[in-house]
Amino acid sequence: MTDQPHPPYVSPTEPPRVDDAGWPPATGWRRVSPKYIVVDVVGYIVSGLMVTAVSLVPLVLFHWDLGWIPPVVVGTSSLVTILLTPRRVRSIGYQLRDDDLLFRRGLAWQRFVAVPYGRMQLVDINRGPLARALGLSELRFVTAAAAATIVVPGLPEQEAEELRDRLVGLAESRRAGL
Amino acid sequence: MSQPVTPPTPAAHSGFADGEWHRLHPATPFLRGGLTLFAIAGIVIVNLRDILLDNLFGGPGGPGDDGEPLVLLAESGFGGLVLLGILVIIIALVVGFYFSWRMHTFRITDEVVEVRSGILFRTHRRARLDRIQGINIQRPFLARLFGAAKLEVNVAGQDANVQLAYLGSQASDQLRREILVLASGTQRAEAAATDDPAALAALPLVAAAGPSAPGLVEQRVNELLAPELDPDLAPRESVVSMNLGRLIGSLVLSETTVLLVVLIAGLAVVFARTGEFFFIAPLVPILLGMAGFYFSRFTKSLRYSIAGTPDGVRVGFGLFSTSNETLPPGRIHSVQVSQPLLWRAPGWWEIKLNRASTSAAKGAAGQANTTILPVGNLSDVRKVLELVLPALVDPESIALLERGLTSGGRSEDGFHNSPPRARILRWFSWRRNGFALVPHAVLLRSGFVWRRLVVVPLARAQGVALTQGPLERRLRLASVQVNTVAGPVSASLGAIDAPTASRFFADAARSTVLSASADTTHRWGSAAVTASPPPRLTDGAPA
Repeated sequence: MTDQPHPPYVSPTEPPRVDDAGWPPATGWRRVSPKYIVVDVVGYIVSGLMVTAVSLVPLVLFHWDLGWIPPVVVGTSSLVTILLTPRRVRSIGYQLRDDDLLFRRGLAWQRFVAVPYGRMQLVDINRGPLARALGLSELRFVTAAAAATIVVPGLPEQEAEELRDRLVGLAESRRAGL
Repeated sequence: MSQPVTPPTPAAHSGFADGEWHRLHPATPFLRGGLTLFAIAGIVIVNLRDILLDNLFGGPGGPGDDGEPLVLLAESGFGGLVLLGILVIIIALVVGFYFSWRMHTFRITDEVVEVRSGILFRTHRRARLDRIQGINIQRPFLARLFGAAKLEVNVAGQDANVQLAYLGSQASDQLRREILVLASGTQRAEAAATDDPAALAALPLVAAAGPSAPGLVEQRVNELLAPELDPDLAPRESVVSMNLGRLIGSLVLSETTVLLVVLIAGLAVVFARTGEFFFIAPLVPILLGMAGFYFSRFTKSLRYSIAGTPDGVRVGFGLFSTSNETLPPGRIHSVQVSQPLLWRAPGWWEIKLNRASTSAAKGAAGQANTTILPVGNLSDVRKVLELVLPALVDPESIALLERGLTSGGRSEDGFHNSPPRARILRWFSWRRNGFALVPHAVLLRSGFVWRRLVVVPLARAQGVALTQGPLERRLRLASVQVNTVAGPVSASLGAIDAPTASRFFADAARSTVLSASADTTHRWGSAAVTASPPPRLTDGAPA
C-alpha cells in the first residue's frame, strides 16, 4: 500500500518548524531524577503483589483446574511493568519553551502535551512518604482542562520549588483569560 | 411587606446597577418556598373541615373516622393546644421568610456582583464581572404569573453561580443588559449615552404608557403572550428559531423512538407466542417515562430561539416555564456539530458547546444547557456557527466549515485527512477523518455514519496533545487532542498521518499562545472600541 503524498502543509502562524525526521525533538528535554525509579518500582511491586494475591483466590479457595492461569498472567504482566519502569521513567521529560510547557511520557503509549503558561490555574507540589524519604517531589501544573493538567513526578525538592516559582512567574507575565 | 425598598419600576433602567445594596422582589419568599406552606395549610384546612362538619351536624363519629390523625387529635382533648402550636409554627415561618427576604441583599458595582444572604449563617458571595461566563434568566410558570424572574450570573467552576431569585420580570432583563454593559468594559458614560435611547426604544409599550400604566392583570397577560424573544432586541437576520415540523420530526427520528419501536415489536412477538398480556405490566413505567420525555422535549423546544445581541449570543426557550441565557463573546470553549444517522435524510444537525460554567438551569428539552441547537437544518447551523464563532465569518472559513460538515472527504477539500493506511482503524470514515487549522481555530472532522465536526477557538484552548499507541506506531499514525474545559464535546482526532500530526501539534501549540495573547474577550466592549473586527493573525486564510 503506497501512501499518497500529503498536500503541502501551510502553517498560518509561522511557528518554529518541527522537522519530520526530528520529531520528537531529541534535545532539550529535562529529565526527572533517576531516584524516582525506586519510588515507581516499589509502588508497582506493592500493587503487583496485591493483585496477584487476589488472582490466587480461585486456585486456593475453589481449587479450580485452570486456577493457575490468572496468577501467572497477572504476575507476568506486573513483572514486565516493573522491568520496564526504568525506561518508562527515563521517557518522562519536560521542556520550558518560550510560551508553553512541553511534557512527554510513555513508551508504548506516548503522549506529548503542550500547555501555554498563561493557562495556569495553580501549581501544586505533592510529596508521598517514599518520595519524601528520597527527597523527591511531584509537581502538578493545573489548568482549566483536566486533560491539559501536567504532572511531573520525581523532581528533586529544590528543583521542584524552583520550577514552581519559575512557572508562576511565567504565568504571571503571560496571563490569559480562561 | 410594604417596605419602601426598590420596587421594580418599569423604567428603562432597573436602578439596581448603581453600586448600592438592593432587595429582591417582595414575592420572593412565596415563590421560593412559601408555596409548600400554602399546600400544607390547604391539607390541614381540608381535614379540619371534616371535623367541623362532624361537630356542627353531629356526624357519625364512628370507628371509621379513627384513621384521620386530626380527628384523633380533636377527640383527644389536646386539639386546642395542637392548633396553637401549628399557628405558632406558621407565624414563625412567615416571620422567618420575611427576615430572610430582608437580609437577602445584592449589589452590582463596576467590578463585581455581590450577594449577602442568610439569617443565622450569613453568606457573602462576590463574583468579578470580567469572569462572567453567562447570564441566565429563568421564569418558572408560577413566577411568570407573578411577573417575577430568576437571574443567574454564571462564573466558571462548580456551584459558583450567583443567583438573584426573584426579581421583577422586566427589571431582570434590564439588569442583565446593565451587567453585561458593565462587564464588557465599556465606560459607564458611554453606556449611558448609547444605551438609553436603545433601551427606551426597546420598550415602546412602557414608555408610551407613562403614568397611566396598563393594569396589573393586563400587563401580566401581555408578558405571558409576548413572543419569546423581544423583536427589537436582536437584528432579524441573526435569529434562528424552531420550526414546528422539524421539532416533531426530530422527536420521531430519535433514538427513543427506535427504542419504542423495538419494545413494541418485542411485545407483539411475545404476545403472538404466548397470547398473554401479562408482560405489558412492567413496561408501563417505561412507556410513561418515554411519554414524559417527548412531552418535555416538545414543550421546552417549542419556542426555541437563538439570536445575536451586542452582548453575546442569546438562547431562549420554553412554553410554560421560560428560560433565556446570554453568553458573552469568548465564553465558548468548543463547538460540536453532529448528525445522527437518522437525521441524514432530512439534513438535520445538532450543535453542542463546552463552557466553563455549570448552570443550575437545565437547557432546552431538559438536556444540559450545552445543547445550543437541538435540531436545525444547514442554514440554521450556518447562522448559529456565525454567532458562536465570530472569528470564522469570512466566506473561506464558512465554506471550510460546510465542507467539514457534508464533504465526503476528497484530498482537496481543505482538510488534512487520514492516509489510506488508516483504513484499518477507520473503516468507513478515513476519507473524512481530518483536521484543518485556520488562524483562530482548529477544525476536527470525523465520522462517516455519525458525522461530527468539532471547532475549537484557539484563544480558549487549554493545551494541545499528541498521542501514539503501539498499533498507531506500526501504521505510522498518531492522534491529536485539543484540550478544553470539561463538557460534552471532546476535541480529539485519531488515525492521522504521524508526521502531519506532529506538525499539527507544533502549529496548534504556537497558535494557541498567539490567539490567547491576542484575545480581549474578557472585556469585549473595550476591545470593540479599539479594534472593531476581532483581531486576526494573518489575513488570507490558508488550509
